[in-house]
Amino acid sequence: MNFNLILIGLAGVLSAASPVLFATIGETFSERSGVINLSVNGTILLSAMFSFAVALKTNSLILGFLAGMAIGALVALVVAFSSITLHQSQVAVGFVLTLMCRDLSYFLGNSIMGMSAPTLPSLAIPGLVKIPILGPLLFKQDLMTYLSYLLIFLAWIWIFKTRPGLVLLGVGERPAAAYIRGANVKKIRYLYTALGGALVGLAGPIYSLSLKAGWKGTISGLDGIGWIALAITIFGGWNPIRAAFGAYLFALLQWLGLVLQPSLPNIPSQVLQVAPFPLMILTLLLVNLGNTEWVVRTLAGMPPRTRRFVSRLLRSMRSSPPSALGTPFENQ
Amino acid sequence: MEVELHNIYKTFGMVRANIGINLKVPAGSIQSILGENGAGKSTLMKVLSGFIQADSGEILLNHQPVIIQSPADAIRHGIGMLHQDPLDFPPMKVIDDFILGRSGSLFLPRKEAGKEFMALQQKFNFSIDPETYVDTMTVGERQQLEILRLLWLGAQVLILDEPTTGISALQKEKLFETLRLLASQGMTVIFVSHKLEDVENLCDRVAVLRRGELVGEVLSPYDTTQLVELMFGKILTLGERQSCNTEIPAFELKDLEIEDYRMKIEGVNLKLCKGEVIGLAGMEGSGQGILLRACCGLVRPVAGKVMVDGHNLSGKSYHDYMEKGVAFLPASRLEEGLVPGLTLAEHFILAESQQGIFINWKRVYAQTEQRISDFAIHGRPTSKVETLSGGNQQRAILALLRNPLSVLLLEHPTRGLDIESTIYIWDKLKERCRQGASIIFISPDLDEILQYSDHILVFFSGRVSPPLDANNTSVDHLGQLIGGKGWSDTFVA
Amino acid sequence: MAKERARWINLAFQLGAIVTALLFSTLIMLLAGAPPLQAFKEIILGAVGSTDNISNVLVAWVPLLLSTTGLLVTFTAGLWNIGIEGQITLGAIFCTWALRLNQQSILPPWIILVRSILMGMFGGALWAALVGALKTFGGVNEIFGGLGMNFIATAITLWLIFGPWKRPGIGSMSGTEPFPQTLWLPVFPNLRLSLWSVLLGILALIVIYLLLQGTYFGLRLKAVGNNLRAAFRLGIPTWQNTMTAFILCGSFAGLAGAIQVTGVYHRLIPSISSGYGFLGLMVAMLINYQAVWVAPVALFFAALNIGSIQLPIVLKLDSSLSGVLQGSLVLFVLIVDGIRQRVLGRKS
Repeated sequence: MNFNLILIGLAGVLSAASPVLFATIGETFSERSGVINLSVNGTILLSAMFSFAVALKTNSLILGFLAGMAIGALVALVVAFSSITLHQSQVAVGFVLTLMCRDLSYFLGNSIMGMSAPTLPSLAIPGLVKIPILGPLLFKQDLMTYLSYLLIFLAWIWIFKTRPGLVLLGVGERPAAAYIRGANVKKIRYLYTALGGALVGLAGPIYSLSLKAGWKGTISGLDGIGWIALAITIFGGWNPIRAAFGAYLFALLQWLGLVLQPSLPNIPSQVLQVAPFPLMILTLLLVNLGNTEWVVRTLAGMPPRTRRFVSRLLRSMRSSPPSALGTPFENQ
Repeated sequence: MEVELHNIYKTFGMVRANIGINLKVPAGSIQSILGENGAGKSTLMKVLSGFIQADSGEILLNHQPVIIQSPADAIRHGIGMLHQDPLDFPPMKVIDDFILGRSGSLFLPRKEAGKEFMALQQKFNFSIDPETYVDTMTVGERQQLEILRLLWLGAQVLILDEPTTGISALQKEKLFETLRLLASQGMTVIFVSHKLEDVENLCDRVAVLRRGELVGEVLSPYDTTQLVELMFGKILTLGERQSCNTEIPAFELKDLEIEDYRMKIEGVNLKLCKGEVIGLAGMEGSGQGILLRACCGLVRPVAGKVMVDGHNLSGKSYHDYMEKGVAFLPASRLEEGLVPGLTLAEHFILAESQQGIFINWKRVYAQTEQRISDFAIHGRPTSKVETLSGGNQQRAILALLRNPLSVLLLEHPTRGLDIESTIYIWDKLKERCRQGASIIFISPDLDEILQYSDHILVFFSGRVSPPLDANNTSVDHLGQLIGGKGWSDTFVA
Repeated sequence: MAKERARWINLAFQLGAIVTALLFSTLIMLLAGAPPLQAFKEIILGAVGSTDNISNVLVAWVPLLLSTTGLLVTFTAGLWNIGIEGQITLGAIFCTWALRLNQQSILPPWIILVRSILMGMFGGALWAALVGALKTFGGVNEIFGGLGMNFIATAITLWLIFGPWKRPGIGSMSGTEPFPQTLWLPVFPNLRLSLWSVLLGILALIVIYLLLQGTYFGLRLKAVGNNLRAAFRLGIPTWQNTMTAFILCGSFAGLAGAIQVTGVYHRLIPSISSGYGFLGLMVAMLINYQAVWVAPVALFFAALNIGSIQLPIVLKLDSSLSGVLQGSLVLFVLIVDGIRQRVLGRKS
């Protein structure tokens, strides 16, 4: 196979992963604070439609993207409000919203189907793009893809290297202990859920204003991306870098599915795309593996050296969810 | 820093937790707050540390009145609290747990904080590795971490809530050394504990709370009897007792050994006859709870045997124990004993054995009405259990018990009940004894223990006394044992 | 006296929620440039305007009825069975499989149909049991387990349609080779509606209603769903009841899938579950899990779906308006209920 074609394909993988990255890192923020936002799938569709509509009317890409962010934050705030303030189930509200936002996007977007709006241009970074192999791969992308690279590292640095990030980790782990140390748990949950929603809201316009330009309604192929982002959030162990790995893996599998299609006419590409879900289930199984009784009992029976090795192995595989995920918090 | 609590009142619903508490603690002193469960110590400390707000009264620091509305406020004023179960972050590294909550630069100064951490812990001879994970540390080490953290945040008042539960003797010595050193440097230490020996060793002054009021303040050196008297009050008249008739024990524990992450209980030997009542005395968390749960299969013993009516049930499941006639009544009624959302009638259906596939509602309602009148429950068959008062919930739980039963295990049977309900419940329980059931119960109320038990076991930090004859013991003696004094060998964890 | 007042207050809140939902939907319609009153009229006509329409509503009613009914069992046990879509799909797959195996057989058609429908129920139950096992033995939350299994079910469907079961020639999105008319569920003349499917749906509802209200099993399930620990203390074997709940719901979902294959599409198509699983979750949430309301509300939702099909033709609106109406109803009921609890809670 032509080497250049492969490079172009891989570059495409990087840009195809960028919306998934925004969505999954956004959801990571939200879940790290303790709030599951199940509405991701619907939000992406709604923000894709809405940002396209705004870009169409105003002829401005920036306004389009901002509109997408706004919608994402708004939907997330509904989830936050219902669960943090009204104490309704996060799962229930998120679930209703994911279906409703999808239907809203189809209904409201009906009249703008098939139109064309400004799209995101490709921006090669001068100089860097000349690096052999890596150059055309990494640096001949559009703005949002560049931002996605940045997002991975910024998110990781924020969560694991800054003070407020440490507080976020604390709130998700043990809100009572964080409260004692001065954290306003409710406010923090609102903030990060809204932030997460805004990032999810950016995924939509990346599709409708760049990757799959335009709004095509039910055949846009966007339905399902949000669920995949949720799966990758779990597979990524609520860690932006590992989530990025998951997102790139997914995009790679998607591309491989297309590439291998001719040689495997009996298997549609959708089959490979399902991969994040068994991975997610596997991750969840491993999360609890160290805690189940039979594992603890077998460990106790092992000689000390082996026991230490195995428990260190289990610990590194363990990607525990923030312990307080989904639970409400009331200070005494 | 001198701490003064002035006229503190706090009521929770019907319970008056703090009634007009006035206490002055001079700077640099180690003050003990002594009292049995429910005396009001933790409420008072929660008020001081900002967790809750008093209904009325004020707090003065160095003669200045301050308003403390949250734990963050408290630490800003220099008041730090070390909880019995340290409120830390188990999956985090020590250094992260240490830094969390302290304001400062945007980026985590792990290196500098690490240096400060090592320098600080050197002063007290602690040896905690900042790179280890909190959940791998012992309770004693987690306490040390919390103390360091509070000091780093500038605490001038340190409140410790039952700090010596679950730590080794060596760690306790180190803790005391640390506290003495801190006090000598001007820190005000408030030491909440029920362990008389520790209090007598460590503290300069003792304030005793009983039923919400401050009943006495004593300076060292101490007279143990005086302390016990202040804590528990006078003896009540003793009720009648059952004497043991038959030879085959209805229930037996042989060399039982139980472990949980905080303590180890070993060498428990107990023989229960039919109709006998055993009371488990001791401060909450001294091991009675775990033992009771081990007696019904909810906790698996590490070694030893549990025999019910001659059958060896050690290691079997809770449902196996139920089948052999053992019943467990937990203290938290709505969390573990009853199902909120279900009515009284529905509970009775679940408690009885299944009769066919379909429920005969008519029969069930009639039966429930009968039980309701038998047990004088204020409710109807259609009342949801969460709408009943505490006393009625307890009656309902009793009414759900099967007939006949071999052993009844009761965790705080009369918690939160008024006198009338308490007397009624015990009448029903004694009825069961006359029918041949044996009872083991936990109660923080020494009067209740003395009044109803034939024999008493006292728990202190995982040590269990041999069964004491209730006829030949006094509140005084019990109080000492509960406080850790008078055990024949020295306490070693 | 206080109880009467409480009832009226609750009613007022619920009506308020419905009114808010209607206002919201009207707002959305205006945003889309659609005439609200006319749109409502068209939906009503589309649902009840002709015998054909009414029969189509009933055809859509059955799978929704079945999935909601099954979900009542899992909700009673305190479970979020998001995996129901996959369970419907597996029901359809197993039913198709059975039909394909028996296409050349000499057995009378009705036996083949019964067997295939039973296979469908088994398939749905199996898929649900997997989610249950993941939860009970693997500690995997049933929301994510179910979600993952949904996607895997879709993947299996696509593989079958484009692979081993593809139509002669080349596989296409139109599904597998349709079954001969002898293997179709008997329908009314000139309509797509089958009496059998309606009867099965109603029967399922009655069975579940009796089960939940009148049996020991139903009560045990309710105890497990409300307070797992206390239920265990009362002697109820908890994980066995949880698994049973999954299997029961899965079999009804499977039944829905089997009916879709034998009564509606007569072949396996991609997304054969058609969203009836998720819609069932919405109905269950809206009726606050009370069995009495399943039939009417499911009928209403089915009517909305069918009624909206006309919208693209007569008003150039997208038919997902029905989804907007349904979603806003559930959302506002949830929100207003939360507000009611907060407001009333403070008062008491």
